[in-house]
Formats: sequence, C-alpha cells, structure tokens
Amino acid sequence: MALAADAPVVSRTASAPSVRSWRKSEEATGLALVSPTLLYAIALLGLPILTVVTYSFWSQNYLEIDRSFTLENYRAALTEPIYRDLLARSLVISLVVSVVTVLISYPVAWFISFHGGRHKSLLLFLITVPCWTSYLLRVMSWKMILGYQGVLNTGLMSAGIIDQPIASLLYNSNAVVITLVHSWAAFAILPIFVSLEKIDRSLVEAARDLGDGPVRSFLRVVLPLSLPGVISALLIVMIPTIGDYVTPKLVGGKDGVMIASAIQAQFGKGANWPLGAALSVTTMAIVTLMAAISVLLLKVTVGRSR
Amino acid sequence: MRAVSLPRWRLLPVFVTAYMLFLYLPILLLPVFSFNNAAATRFPLAGFTTKWYASLWGNREMLDSAINSLIVGVCVAILSTGLSICAARAVTRYRFRGRKAATGLIMAPLFLPEIIVAVSLLMIILQVGIELSLATVILGQTVFCLPYSMSVLTAGFDGFDRSLEEASLDLGETAFGTFRRVTLPVVAPAILSSLLVSFTISLDEFLLAFFLSGTEPTLPVYIWGQLRFAAKMPGVLALGSIMLLLSIIMLVLAELLRRRAERHVSAGGALHA
Repeated sequence: MALAADAPVVSRTASAPSVRSWRKSEEATGLALVSPTLLYAIALLGLPILTVVTYSFWSQNYLEIDRSFTLENYRAALTEPIYRDLLARSLVISLVVSVVTVLISYPVAWFISFHGGRHKSLLLFLITVPCWTSYLLRVMSWKMILGYQGVLNTGLMSAGIIDQPIASLLYNSNAVVITLVHSWAAFAILPIFVSLEKIDRSLVEAARDLGDGPVRSFLRVVLPLSLPGVISALLIVMIPTIGDYVTPKLVGGKDGVMIASAIQAQFGKGANWPLGAALSVTTMAIVTLMAAISVLLLKVTVGRSR
Repeated sequence: MRAVSLPRWRLLPVFVTAYMLFLYLPILLLPVFSFNNAAATRFPLAGFTTKWYASLWGNREMLDSAINSLIVGVCVAILSTGLSICAARAVTRYRFRGRKAATGLIMAPLFLPEIIVAVSLLMIILQVGIELSLATVILGQTVFCLPYSMSVLTAGFDGFDRSLEEASLDLGETAFGTFRRVTLPVVAPAILSSLLVSFTISLDEFLLAFFLSGTEPTLPVYIWGQLRFAAKMPGVLALGSIMLLLSIIMLVLAELLRRRAERHVSAGGALHA
C-alpha cells in the first residue's frame, strides 16, 4: 500500500527538470518539515550514541584518555566476574519481570476486552493511572512496604499473623522483581489488550459452535492470535527494566545490584569513561539481541497463524 | 457446558480486583502515612496530623526544586510538542525518502534503556564543554519525550481528512492559512494532549535530570537526595501525596481532552456520511 503510493511521487520527482520544481515537490516539503526534529535527534541522540561507541574502544590512562584502539574494555565487561555477573543478573531479572508481568496482565487484558462491556475505556484508564504517578515514589512505597519495620511486617504483626518480622523481604532480587512488575504492569496490558481487540469474535464463536470448550477455544483461537501483543508486551517491559537504576538502588540491596549502577559508577567515582561506555554498548547489544529474537518470534507466530 | 464455565466467571473478576489492589494499594500508602503522626512508616497508625504538610512550606530547597521542575516541564513540553508537530505532520502528510529512518531515530529512545541515553548525553555535553544546568536537562528530556509526543500527534494527524485541506487550498487559502484555519482546529486536542503528556513525563523524569542537572536539582532529584534520611521520610510522603493529587488531576484532564477529541472525530465522520 505504502509502496504503491510512493511510486508515482518518486517518478514525478525524478523526471522533474529543475531544482525549483523539486523544491516544491512533496519530497522536499516533507524533508524540510521533518528536518528540525531530525537534526535535533541526530545531535542529541545519534551523535551521543556514536560518542559512547567510540569511547568504548579507547582506554583510561589515569586522568587522560588513550585514543588508541583497544578491545580491553569489552574483555573486562564480558569476562571480569563483577561485570559479567551484573550483566547476567540484569538480563535474568528483566526476563523474569517481563514474563511475570505478562502472565498476571494477560487475564486482566482478556477480561477487559471480552467482558469489559461499555466500561472498557474506564477500566483501561484506571489501570494506567498508577503508572503516571511518580516513579520514584512508587519504588519508595515498596521500600516502605517490604522493610524490616515496614508496613507488611508491622501490619502482619499487629494482625497477629506473625510474631517476628520477616527479614528477607527487602534488599534482594525478589524485591526488585516485585517493584518492577508493579511499575510496568499497565504497559504490558495495553499491547495485549490491543491485540485481543483485533480478534474477530466470530472466530471464537465458530470454535465454540464446532464443539471446542471455553478452554480449547481460548488455547486454539484467542491465544495464538494475541501472541503479537504478548511479545510486544514482553519487549516493552524488558527494555527499560534491564537498565533500571532506581529500583535496584532503593530496594535491591547488595544482592539486587544491576548493571546501571556499574555504568553510573564509571561516570562518577570510578571515573573510567571507556569502561562505562563499553558496559553501555554491551547492554545495548543485549537489548538489541532480545528485540531481534522477539521480532523473529513475532514473525514466526504471525506466519503460523495465517 | 455452562456449568463448566461458571466458576471461571467468578474467579476472573476476583483476580482483576486483586490486580487493581496490587496496583493501587502501594500508592495509596503515601497519603495514608503523610497524615500519620510518626516519623516511622509502620502499623499501627499513630494518629492524625497535618504537620508534615506544614513543614513543606518553609522548605526553601524543596520549593526551589519544584520551581526548577516547573520551568523544565514547561520548556520540555513546548519544545517536544513543537518539534513533534513538524515531524508528525511530515510523516503523516508527505512521502519522502528516509521517512522510515527519520521516524526510527526519533522513536529510538523507546527502545533504549534510559541509562544509556543519560550516559551518552552526559558524555557529549561534557565533551563539548557545556556546563550542566537546567538547560541541559531540558535538552535531554526533550529527546526522551519526543517519541511520546510523536505517537500522540501522528495519531491525531492520521485521523485528519486531507480533502478538507485540499478544499481550503482550492478556495484560495495559502498553505499557512490552511494550516492555521483548517488543520490546527482539528488537531488542537492532539497538540494539547502532547503538551500534557510531555509535561507529565518531564515532571516525573529522574535519571536524565540526575545526570544532567548539575547544581540545580529538579523535584525528583531533590526527593532522591532526601530518601537517604529516614527522618525526612514524612516530608517526602507529604510532598509525594501532593504530587500524586496533581498528576491525577492532570491525567483526568488529559483523558477528558482525548475523549472530546474522539467525539470530535466521530462527529466529523458522521457529518461526512
């Protein structure tokens, strides 16, 4: 569709004899209109990322930057236990968070889409409200809840359910996972909801009419057709959580430190920009890899359901 | 058949309710403990007080950072929406080479962990030799807000009927006049919600501000500094409750705007039919 619309425009500009008519063409107008935004993005996103990539191949020599090419930073990032473990832990935590978030959000999205009735948009709105409240404060409230003298422990104790506070609630990777799931829940619901909405309801009816029970018609019709939404939800949660800084810092303790802290340290006290750059590039590479896998999965599932 | 699906019917609403509680309870703790007459956030509650709110008034540092946040938020909202109006208009109305690549770069912050954006901006800003200030926070947060503004605005521009513009041009209106008198009124709700969304994001944004703000903290950076001290907790809770109330008001406003815009579009459609 887009290609068909493109073709006549391109041929028109190609056959145009003078610069003047090109200037008036659709192509030139479009480029001129997009250029302020594009230049802004190039200057403040494209160039900075290039700088990071360049730095990652240099090295820190006390106070000076040695500009000869080296892969030493990547060796450190991938083989030194401290960085390797942080990268692995960040990846595992973000995978767990995205899977858990999608698992608990799917039924809710399904409920709203199939049984929301005329309250659909109100329900969706109610789910997105908490996500727009201050991120820092949401993380902080989990610290309040899970602390040794926190809301959960003292609440359970005054209710007489436990005698001693549970010590293992805060400052570990579980606390990080719970907090991140809470932060990203609504972002997972939206894509799943959209893909459920797109499903032709007559397909579900047809499956029922042909003798599939509710469970089978769900597994064979609804679930496969909503997989694109599920995969984009996984991605939407995974990308920001892998580099999250605030949550591990506030509720993670020693046990829940993630890669963002190590990156930040290289630009603060550690003062090793090239190493920080290499850690950043590695994190980006992991994210890109996960995104590529997801897109591939998406293509396979969409291809199969056709 | 029906008997089989009945228990599922009861189970699911229960699950959805539990999910809602999971989303809302942690946030509702903020106002609860902000009125609690004790510094420690623990049960049982220690009685009602408004002293934590009163203590905010004399807090110069907090007020300054709130003003910083407002300045940054307004600038980011205007800059991000202005830039996105151009780009969204270009990609929805015109076909040109590199359209996909341009959109890809502008939307890229959605696909990058924020720490990477923050670190790379910090490096280039220090490299060029610009001093860290509120201006650098504004520059950085605008990059971060562009994808959201773009999404809102391309959606708004997409629903726009091109024949209206063509009619206006045919009737002798200039391109600018057409934009101002025909296009703008129709897309105004999208522009307003882009302003609101980017303002809200900027107000809440911590990491970029933390890296780029130098000696002038925004509100989230100020709060981050307070979180280290247990004694400052109730003040932060009171501040947080006020911010909570404000962001809910903003959200409801944005939602009402969006619904009005939707009615607008569907009313327009009905008119054409």
